[in-house]
Amino acid sequence: MKSLKTFPKGGVHPGDFKDLTNKEPIRNAAIKDSFIIPMSQHIGAPCECLVNPGDEVKEGMLIGKASGFISANIHSPAPGVVKEITDIFLANGLKTKAVVLEPSGYFDQLGKNIVPADWNSLSAKELQEKIFNSGIVGLGGATFPSNVKYMIPPDAKVEALVINGVECEPYLTADHRLMLEKSAEIFKGLEILQKVLNPEKIFIGIEANKPDAIDIMGNLAQESGGKIEVVPLKLKYPQGDEKQLLKAITGREVPSGKLPINIGAVVSNVGTVFAIYEAVVLNKPLFERVVTVTGRGIKNPSNLKVRVGTKVRDLIEDCGGVTDDTVKLVMGGPMMGFTMCSLDTPVTKGTSGILALTEKEIGKSVQTACIMCGRCVKVCPIGLVPTKLYKNITHRRYQDAMHLNLMDCKECGCCAYVCPANIPLVQGMRLGKKMANKKVKS
Amino acid sequence: MLNTILYAFISVSLLGAFFGIGLAIAAKYLYVKKEKKLTDLEEALPGYNCGACGYAGCSAYAEAIFNGIAEDITLCSPGGAETAQKVANIMEVAIDVSHEKKVAFVHCKGGKDTARYAFEYKGITDCNAAYSMYQGNKVCKYGCLGLGSCIRVCPVDAIAYDNQGLVVVDKEKCISCNQCVTVCPSGVMKMIPYTADYVVACNSKDKGAVTRKACTVGCIGCKMCEKKSPDGGFKIENFLAEIDYSANGERKNAADACPVKCIVTN
Repeated sequence: MKSLKTFPKGGVHPGDFKDLTNKEPIRNAAIKDSFIIPMSQHIGAPCECLVNPGDEVKEGMLIGKASGFISANIHSPAPGVVKEITDIFLANGLKTKAVVLEPSGYFDQLGKNIVPADWNSLSAKELQEKIFNSGIVGLGGATFPSNVKYMIPPDAKVEALVINGVECEPYLTADHRLMLEKSAEIFKGLEILQKVLNPEKIFIGIEANKPDAIDIMGNLAQESGGKIEVVPLKLKYPQGDEKQLLKAITGREVPSGKLPINIGAVVSNVGTVFAIYEAVVLNKPLFERVVTVTGRGIKNPSNLKVRVGTKVRDLIEDCGGVTDDTVKLVMGGPMMGFTMCSLDTPVTKGTSGILALTEKEIGKSVQTACIMCGRCVKVCPIGLVPTKLYKNITHRRYQDAMHLNLMDCKECGCCAYVCPANIPLVQGMRLGKKMANKKVKS
Repeated sequence: MLNTILYAFISVSLLGAFFGIGLAIAAKYLYVKKEKKLTDLEEALPGYNCGACGYAGCSAYAEAIFNGIAEDITLCSPGGAETAQKVANIMEVAIDVSHEKKVAFVHCKGGKDTARYAFEYKGITDCNAAYSMYQGNKVCKYGCLGLGSCIRVCPVDAIAYDNQGLVVVDKEKCISCNQCVTVCPSGVMKMIPYTADYVVACNSKDKGAVTRKACTVGCIGCKMCEKKSPDGGFKIENFLAEIDYSANGERKNAADACPVKCIVTN
């Protein structure tokens, strides 16, 4: 048997714990008494808020307008009345403006049979516009506005469109379930993307721990002709990062500071492709996504279809609550996610999972001194030297850290995962980036 | 045996003499002549190399003054008026030395017993790192984070922890280099005049009710100080009292009347 593809350098093998939810079908999350819709759910400039307290909104109405080149529209997840506009903290610790919405009235789309739109008559440019208007961002977690990503510079050519169905983060099964349940829709979305990008070849990368998804997607790929290929990948974290995925599938390496398009490739998540299908065919802007609510602390781990702005409190309630030994709530995956300090944190477009972790799962961590064992250096998939970077950062030598290519750090968490001294390396990298940028600005 | 030691002794002595003479010649003939003014300037500056003037250390600033690049020759805050006068004398210009010495002050008294905490922070001991997570672990987002980034940047060890997990500045040691003010992410470290008698030790711009829930010693903007000491320069802005130190009236009545006791002696 041919050995499976993977990226060559670094990486770790955390226990995947996907069996908690990989058999759970996606179900709709209950709609509770309020939504908190942050005006910054993407990388780039925050949205300009279009509503005022007291305004009535409809389902899918534009409430936040993109306010820059790298920015994405935000739509109302439910019909209702705007209660207030306030400042909240997102799970990543940043402060942002948010619209508090009290649902009332009728849903225009929920539960209705929607006649699929005829998108074949639309040109590539019109489709691009549709993607922008629907506020679609990369749903893998980075939330980069998709329309910006699909703006191919005139001198570049898309040789490979890589669809990311890797889902390498432990615990999460949102993309996995989406591939199983909505495979036909994802392929429709792929057709749309083909028209927009006109790629020479399409690859769908799926890790080998999802054999059922590989089967289903593989069969559909064969039916659709030879252009689409499903590539099973060897299990290794962080394969879902676009640079690692491209290295694994195409063998090409994205140079430091460059984008995938510089090597003729575009990477999109399966969730994003499904969102494009919904936006173009069903005329539904992006206000809903699949979120895995899991962890040993959750009584009934589930995959939920959640409207953006739903509070974490409501989702956990929906899944039967948490057990008594839960000690940590994380938004995102366990490797790259953020610990939450409030149950009122809302789900955003980039939220792929909510984890309630017990003491047994996180283990005790007492930070000790670095013993220079070099394990972090060995596992860094980018080839950075976390020991040196961290030392420079803690001694406030941010420019020195920048010269060691700090900005190439993807914060994948491999270094902190293997560190025997429990040093918060990723937090250090984040601090370094923040302070270096601050210095450059001032 | 003895010979070996002798040879070694002689050869090392000869080498030493050779290099010594070489260095002496080099010092005489390769000497870079410095202007007297420049050496005088270097001596006049205090030598802390704190960077408060914006130059890379004292000699860099001296050079900048000497070459006329530095327009303002009174930038040395550790040296204060005395150094400025010395520099002015050397450069033979007249300056205004009336501005007074400033010292850093932590405008927060919300320590372990008085402030409420939103969560437990387990991460890098660095205020900027903690601040990027929900702007710190206190409910109040304006206060001192207590992780001591200012302590580590202070060039003269003037800052230390108190028993409440907060930091305090020793105003006698402070050389007003501004480094702690720059590093502090919440802006709670601010400069006040050395001679200030009272300080409003709070930085919370939240409404009174919100502040009260977050901290028992936070300024609630009740305007009591304004009423009790009308000449004290108290002014409430954004639900926070501030003192205009150009007013010279008494401030004791206000400090006594403050319901949360956040007006403290300096």
